[in-house]
Amino acid sequence: MVTRLFSLVVSAAATAALLLPPEVAAQGEPIRVGFLTVKSGALAAGGRQMEEGITLFLKQRNNTLAGRKVELFVADTAGQPAVTKSKAQELVERDKVQVIIGPLAAFEALAIDDFIRQVKVPIISPSAAAEDLTQRKPNPWFVRAVGTSAQASHPLADYAAKTLGYKRIATIGDDFAFGHETVAGFQRAFEDAGGKIVQKLWSPLNVADYGTYISQLKGDVDAVFVSFAGANGPRFLKQYRAYGVKTPILANMTAVDEGVLKNMGDEALGVISSGWYSAATDNPANKAFVEAVNKAYSADPGYYTVGAYASGLMLERALEAVHGRIEDKDAFMKALRSAVIDNDPRGTIRLDEYGNPVMNVYIRKVERRGGKLVNAVVKTYPNVSQFWTYDPKQFLASPVYSRDYPPAKNLE
Amino acid sequence: MISPRVLARLAAEAIALAAVPLVAGNDYYVNLGSQVLIAAIFAMSLNILVGYGGMTSLGHAAYLGVSAYATAWLAQRMGMGPLAAGACALAITTLLAAFYGVLALRASGLGFLMITLALGQILWGLAYRWVAVTGGDNGLSGLARPAPFGWDLGSATAFYYFSLAVFGIAFAAIGLFVGSPFGASLKGARDQPRRMRALGYNVWLIRWISFVVSGFWGGVAGLLYVYYNNFISPHALSLTQSAEALLMVIAGGPATLLGPLVGAALVIVMKNVVSAYVERWTLLLGAVFVAIVIFLPDGLVPGAQRLWARWASRRGKGGR
Amino acid sequence: MGFWITQSLNSLALGGLLFTLSAGFSLIFGLMRIANLSHGAYFMLGAYIGLTLLRTGMNFWLAMLLAGAAMAIFGALIERFVLRRLAGRTLSQVLATLGIAFMIADACLWIWSGDPMPLPGPASLEGAVPVLGARFPLYRLAVIAVAAVIYAGLLLVVERTRIGAMIRAGVDDLDMARAVGIPVKTLFTAVFALGAGLAGVGGVIAGPILSVYPGLDADMLPLALVVVILGGVGSLTGAAIGSVVIGFIYTFGQALLPDLAYVILFLPMVLVLVARPRGLFGRVTT
Repeated sequence: MVTRLFSLVVSAAATAALLLPPEVAAQGEPIRVGFLTVKSGALAAGGRQMEEGITLFLKQRNNTLAGRKVELFVADTAGQPAVTKSKAQELVERDKVQVIIGPLAAFEALAIDDFIRQVKVPIISPSAAAEDLTQRKPNPWFVRAVGTSAQASHPLADYAAKTLGYKRIATIGDDFAFGHETVAGFQRAFEDAGGKIVQKLWSPLNVADYGTYISQLKGDVDAVFVSFAGANGPRFLKQYRAYGVKTPILANMTAVDEGVLKNMGDEALGVISSGWYSAATDNPANKAFVEAVNKAYSADPGYYTVGAYASGLMLERALEAVHGRIEDKDAFMKALRSAVIDNDPRGTIRLDEYGNPVMNVYIRKVERRGGKLVNAVVKTYPNVSQFWTYDPKQFLASPVYSRDYPPAKNLE
Repeated sequence: MISPRVLARLAAEAIALAAVPLVAGNDYYVNLGSQVLIAAIFAMSLNILVGYGGMTSLGHAAYLGVSAYATAWLAQRMGMGPLAAGACALAITTLLAAFYGVLALRASGLGFLMITLALGQILWGLAYRWVAVTGGDNGLSGLARPAPFGWDLGSATAFYYFSLAVFGIAFAAIGLFVGSPFGASLKGARDQPRRMRALGYNVWLIRWISFVVSGFWGGVAGLLYVYYNNFISPHALSLTQSAEALLMVIAGGPATLLGPLVGAALVIVMKNVVSAYVERWTLLLGAVFVAIVIFLPDGLVPGAQRLWARWASRRGKGGR
Repeated sequence: MGFWITQSLNSLALGGLLFTLSAGFSLIFGLMRIANLSHGAYFMLGAYIGLTLLRTGMNFWLAMLLAGAAMAIFGALIERFVLRRLAGRTLSQVLATLGIAFMIADACLWIWSGDPMPLPGPASLEGAVPVLGARFPLYRLAVIAVAAVIYAGLLLVVERTRIGAMIRAGVDDLDMARAVGIPVKTLFTAVFALGAGLAGVGGVIAGPILSVYPGLDADMLPLALVVVILGGVGSLTGAAIGSVVIGFIYTFGQALLPDLAYVILFLPMVLVLVARPRGLFGRVTT
């Protein structure tokens, strides 16, 4: 009698469980978040900062977002596209992650673009800035927490022409896609504002020595715009100063990023750069963020740390919008794309229709405050999009920014 | 020529490899198997030069890279189907190997190493710089997988069996090549070049032919690489890639047929699987290499064979 | 005119850097026929050790010597316990030296984190000075001088001392050297230590210019190989001339043929090697 009652109850419960929608049944399970970063090789410093950003984010929230526990799966791509793909497969096929944050580099993002389209897993990039990822080749499952390569170059060019009154500028940049795009954006906006780019130099990514390039830079220019990533910014600036060149330097965001600034010296003083973040930005969210990062890692946050942290904030917003039901992929993706993040350390962030953030761009100047070097904010350009003041349709109709586009017509 | 015992062993290994998708339980591991096979073909091609030919090359990634780029470019810009593009790419790669062989064989030893390194780096620089053709460091993406005889290779398991088939063909072909009289003359040229010349062999021609054959099979690996990844970028042509292949060959056991497969498995597993559990996996990999050099100096396969023989003979003695 | 002067000085400075990098490699290969593919890693590790010493406020030249000494000891241990048993086995040497390079590179990443760090040069050598109408960094002039001193010192040791005679004998004919009673094993360890020590010194000297960062080893190794091959193995003067030639090709090549920047070294190298496989001054068949 008892056994029959028991089996009746069990089968009733089983039937009920089968009838429940799977999302509700899964609510008790943790959300699985994949994290693609670089932990070995030349890009490892940025990768470490990214990991610090996301780890801090989750720790502050006790690993709980929208009422559900979060499990983070960290994967090391070694900075190689083939390994990035393999790790993405590991996260999706083996670890069954429901959303990926990463990867670090643009070429890694491109290597997994087809895969992401195939498996339909939402991906939030905390650092890959390649223009076409949110322009001519947008992936419906891809959004990013950072801007395009040129998004911060346009305002800096505007500042250089209108506020600083520069007329003639020489540029030098890393000879790869990120460098090409950053310089192209600067060139276009600067020349549209009445200036002239009179010299464009490109140095290989792994160049041993910048001496030959520094000696080629024209002397009769108002400023030199530099675009460097990784170790190259500090290396170039130190050598530049050693030659006693007095021409002012305008820099892209990563050349004097907080991540490398902390090991630099007087050679960085006075460098004016632009970016969507500065550790010196004066708003409550950022003050709390910088304090937390300093407490945990004894350093100011920079490009990579804030990128990963902001990706976490974006994820949190989207999850809250779908009440934690990440299993409903389409709803979650929609929530991700329409998220408005008002507690971002960079100010309020919203995504445009291509999945790229519209955000403030800060013109920064390297100063010494309290014994350490900081990117002091001298001007804010509010709500800058990836298209600057250009019409998006026209922007997209022209070729993507590259080494030769827009063509440099004023070279001497 | 091949003893029945060896054939039986090879058959057993083939069955084991074929069973991987069935026991893997997860597409991820099947895909890992494909990656190991592709790397193994690449390492086997290099082994012809390094192990059997005694010519240490640090530029072998050139053939994988050129083959992959040519396939992607022909498919995307010329609108060729993936298989047709692959066939043309193989032809281009073989011609490249023929040309590079003429240049590289001017030197030997460290000079040969350097020429192959330089030739590989020139192609790498070209891939970076010639953005209009190669896409620069962004590479070329969006290549479709081929469908030989209507077989859809989109799934992990299908592609694995395709790779296994190609691996089997490569293994058999290269095995026949090194086991043939020509292969013997290659080994002779490796060990005793002066004597070979005295005996009337054209050592240069033997080496050049081996160089071309090695480049051809490197190109085959390149085809599989680009079909698998649907993507190619300059990293595939880098010095790191060439060095990794060389390490696979040496660690596995140069001048053995199975060495490259074992070496490839070691490196791929360390890079993709161990890296998930051990943060300092590069340090560990380096330590493994040094340990192999000290304890199994001929490589993993000959070392394992020796250990097995010793264990078997000890058992035999004990049983008596 | 200023362009030619400045770029020539740049070439000489780069040549000096390359010489300190590759002299050790040339010595090791010339005598022991070992292509020490960890050489770039020794260079980088020397720079990191130098950086740590310099952060304590130590004098630059003392830090340089100590870093060199540390690398010399390290090199001696590696030679004695790993490489010695690999005599004549090229492939094993490749595996061993690359494996060691992997270990050193990852260990450096672990210990010093991956942030790029410039080495502070001696304060007395900061800034630029006028040279023939152009302004040139004083430190780079110092690098040229130091490289010249190292070259002269090494030449003195190799040409005028007993140990130098033993090295030369070994480079010319190793079997005869053994037959004549030269303690080859000890000599090998000593030369390998010297080579590793030179790499370490080179890392510190280059530090204020190149900085130290993960990947420095992989960037430097091909350059060392190029210099040694071009100049010819086994010849110290060859390495010196090779360094200067490469310095000029690199500097002027980047300036005059910017489109070839990525291949500027390897194209001439292929041409030279195809024409003269022994290199420009080679005494040793490789």
